Amino acid sequence: MADNTFIVRIKRRAAPHESVRWEEFEIRYRPHMNVITCLRDIAEKPITRDAKGTTPVSYDANCLEEVCGACAMLINGYPRQACSALVDNLEKPIRLEPLTKFPLVRDLQVDRSVMFENLKRMQCWVPIDGTYAIGPGPRMSPEEQQIGYPLARCITCGNCLEACPKVNSHTQFVGAAIINQVRLFNMHPTGEMHSRARLEAMMGPGGIQDCDNAQNCVKVCPKSIPLTESNNEINRQVLKHAIWDWLNWSQGPTERSEEWKRTGIQK
Amino acid sequence: MREPRIIVVGGGLAGLMATIRVAESGVPVQLFSVVPVKRSHSVCAQGGINAAKNLKGEGDSTWIHFDDTVYGGDFLANQPIVKGMCEAAPAIIDLLDRMGVMFNRTPEGLLDFRRFGGTLHHRTAFAGATTGQQLLYALDEQVRRFEAEDKVHKFEGWTFLSAVIDESRVCRGICAMDLRTMEVRTFPCDAVIFCTGGIGAIFRQTTNSVACTGMAQSALFQQGVYYANGEFIQVHPTAIPGEDKCRLMSESLRGEGGRVWVPRKAGDNRPARSIPEKERFYFLEEWYPKYGNLVPRDVATRAIYKIVFEEKLSLPGMNAVYLDLTHLPREMLDRKLEGVLEIYQKFVGPDPRDEPMKVFPAMHYTMGGLWVDNERQATNIPGIFAAGECEYQYHGANRLGANSLVSCIYGGMIAGPSAVKYARNLEKGCESVASSVFDAERSRQQETNDALLNQQGTENPITIWKELGDLMVEHVTVVRLNANLEKALRKLDEFSDRFSRVNLADRTQWSNQTLQFTRELGNMLILSKVITLGALARNETRGAHYKPEFPERDDKNWLKTTKASWNGGKIQLDYEPVDISLLPPRPRKY
Ligand SMILES: Cc1cc2nc3c(=O)[nH]c(=O)nc-3n(C[C@H](O)[C@H](O)[C@H](O)COP(=O)(O)OP(=O)(O)OC[C@H]3O[C@@H](n4cnc5c(N)ncnc54)[C@H](O)[C@@H]3O)c2cc1C
Ligand code: SF4
Ligand code: FES
Repeated sequence: MADNTFIVRIKRRAAPHESVRWEEFEIRYRPHMNVITCLRDIAEKPITRDAKGTTPVSYDANCLEEVCGACAMLINGYPRQACSALVDNLEKPIRLEPLTKFPLVRDLQVDRSVMFENLKRMQCWVPIDGTYAIGPGPRMSPEEQQIGYPLARCITCGNCLEACPKVNSHTQFVGAAIINQVRLFNMHPTGEMHSRARLEAMMGPGGIQDCDNAQNCVKVCPKSIPLTESNNEINRQVLKHAIWDWLNWSQGPTERSEEWKRTGIQK
Repeated sequence: MREPRIIVVGGGLAGLMATIRVAESGVPVQLFSVVPVKRSHSVCAQGGINAAKNLKGEGDSTWIHFDDTVYGGDFLANQPIVKGMCEAAPAIIDLLDRMGVMFNRTPEGLLDFRRFGGTLHHRTAFAGATTGQQLLYALDEQVRRFEAEDKVHKFEGWTFLSAVIDESRVCRGICAMDLRTMEVRTFPCDAVIFCTGGIGAIFRQTTNSVACTGMAQSALFQQGVYYANGEFIQVHPTAIPGEDKCRLMSESLRGEGGRVWVPRKAGDNRPARSIPEKERFYFLEEWYPKYGNLVPRDVATRAIYKIVFEEKLSLPGMNAVYLDLTHLPREMLDRKLEGVLEIYQKFVGPDPRDEPMKVFPAMHYTMGGLWVDNERQATNIPGIFAAGECEYQYHGANRLGANSLVSCIYGGMIAGPSAVKYARNLEKGCESVASSVFDAERSRQQETNDALLNQQGTENPITIWKELGDLMVEHVTVVRLNANLEKALRKLDEFSDRFSRVNLADRTQWSNQTLQFTRELGNMLILSKVITLGALARNETRGAHYKPEFPERDDKNWLKTTKASWNGGKIQLDYEPVDISLLPPRPRKY
């Protein structure tokens, strides 16, 4: 092996039903390389270390600056974004594998559409009346914005789901990313109007009760989102919501939510 | 009444806005995108979005915004539509705010605004330094809501290949490919709105995302849609040079007080912070005292080129200049700019709060694009509409910072309803078109795939792409010399010839990214020629198009829009006058 090269080992699978194979590639080192540049080198010259021809490696990527979320994979066993994984900082040989908690497509490509589906199920949006010019949005203090904005930076990469022991084939746990989004929309002045529906969905299958506080999510989140804080907050909201429902089972929903505001039970 | 069928191709800001507007009018939408729409390139936008809300007591107005935009674009944009955009901008910000965008706030709870290039006013609303991401998410959430109501059907992971055009030259649908199964299929519809973004991949070393290939624009061009002002390509002054991507260091860094400088003495290799003030050359501030570090991008980029290549004052060891934030309060930097600073730290290392950043210009934005009329976002082929960066009409010869997000959203807002109106007025809908029209297009696309997959060539598509990028950056970006442009055209012909001999290293029928990339490359080569030919023909200097041999703007001969068309496999250039009915052209001097 030449001095200025290093090895990348990749777990490959041509299609979901095909068998797994590992391939090793010798890559020429240049300064500032990241895992994507390695994969591009391989695409240009798809020849393994033992001189066998192979196909270019399939993977997802778009922004190349860690803001689109596309390129998540296991790099040396750790779930992270390939575009911001700099070769200089990685132990060699570099080992690349697809995320394991999502259906495999091919090689390093997986299907994370379940996350988008769960955002739909949890009604993660602000219900506006329409796009017509009907004046400004609600006022918001800079302090609230400083809480909301970091939550809104989630890139739906799925690393937090990958790292979570409770996301597996036996549960439908939606994972920290989705819980965090519920928190975001429940705190928005207009989004809050639908907080009930979100909390009820959070109490359903795959909801917050599946979280057993392993706190792996927060360690792998590339955007440093305070995920445990979001989990705690939603736990609290769900609990209050449940107690409130129990205390007010006889009252109609409108009256109830007004009262809810008046008594300041919701944060 | 029959229900019109509308397709939107592309789910960045423009595509999502168009989708929302169509769905809102009760018409269902099929939305196609190469990447899941939430991962579209619009997420990269950092600095902000312009609207003359005048919340800082500066006397800003939509008219001044309009004037800045037209002047910044060196008078090449048709003026009425630009005026329309600037007038709509404040309401667009309100709409986004209502959708829940986490814009930065003032102590009173109102939207905060910052300064950007090419204006003297605080006109740019922002959400930290990831504004595009925050806007895209807001629109994505609204589209998801329509999806839950079954009004939007997404086709994510599909690529557009071509339009289905009938004998009377009316568009009746699209032909697309599922990027997993590689299935090629046609989708009938009455109108299609294209929102497929910029073409940065042609230059390889760009601030654009991987999916910004211009494949759709190029395919449409080859089917008869005009491509306008192709030669106008924006090179952003401040990016981190990189092999896979040049990561942008947003204009907002300068908007918040960042300063560009180099050591006055060539080869001075002392650490930046130990160089005393008087030995630093703040060349933008010295050369452009009124706008300083916030001159428009084309001006700043040329200034950096001058410093690096003519004055030889580049930083030691690399072509770069300093972008310095170290004098600014950390708390402000964290609150307003963290998203960008984080990129610098992650990809380069040092903390820009402590050490000046090293930056250099990089290809950034596509001013030219699909030709559209000036009212409806309609192209010259009935049934084909376009909005966002893929069309040409808002930015003239140079785009001002933070004007793109607003133009994308505004364009989408117009394109949606006008496509619906067009579809409703059609005498016969797509269902009455003979199936042979669809079959023929499908076969044509399938045959292209089969030919590529079966061909035993010698050329590697990635190698050609790298060489293409190098060629285009060298000859068709900042400084354009006719001899070099001619050389580039000969080279492009050579690339096309080599492209006919490409060899695919992957011949499988499942998630074959090599096949997709090769088809993109074929399309990039055609657009590259459109850009280069347009640049060669335009013998003047205007906005981002700089020809030292013709250093002045020439309104007598060149105040006109380039309109390229595909004429039996050849590129033909025609021109049409620019609508200057609102602002008489004046010399552009910052
Ligand atoms: C780093 C960076 C920072 C920027 N910052 C700012 C800023 O602060 N302010 C500002 O105003 N502007 C900014 N811009 C410009 C702005 O981000 C873009 O012009 C804008 O986001 C383009 O949006 P769009 O909707 O036209 O296209 P995009 O967001 O690029 O979306 C294109 C869509 O088309 C789809 N697509 C493409 N080809 C096909 C195909 N063949 N088939 C199917 N789908 C296809 C893609 O999947 C995607 O969904 C910035 C640009 C960059 C690169
Ligand atoms: S919360 Fe963090 S780790 Fe989880 S999907 Fe979002 S960005 Fe990724
Ligand atoms: S490519 Fe977008 S996060 Fe890596």
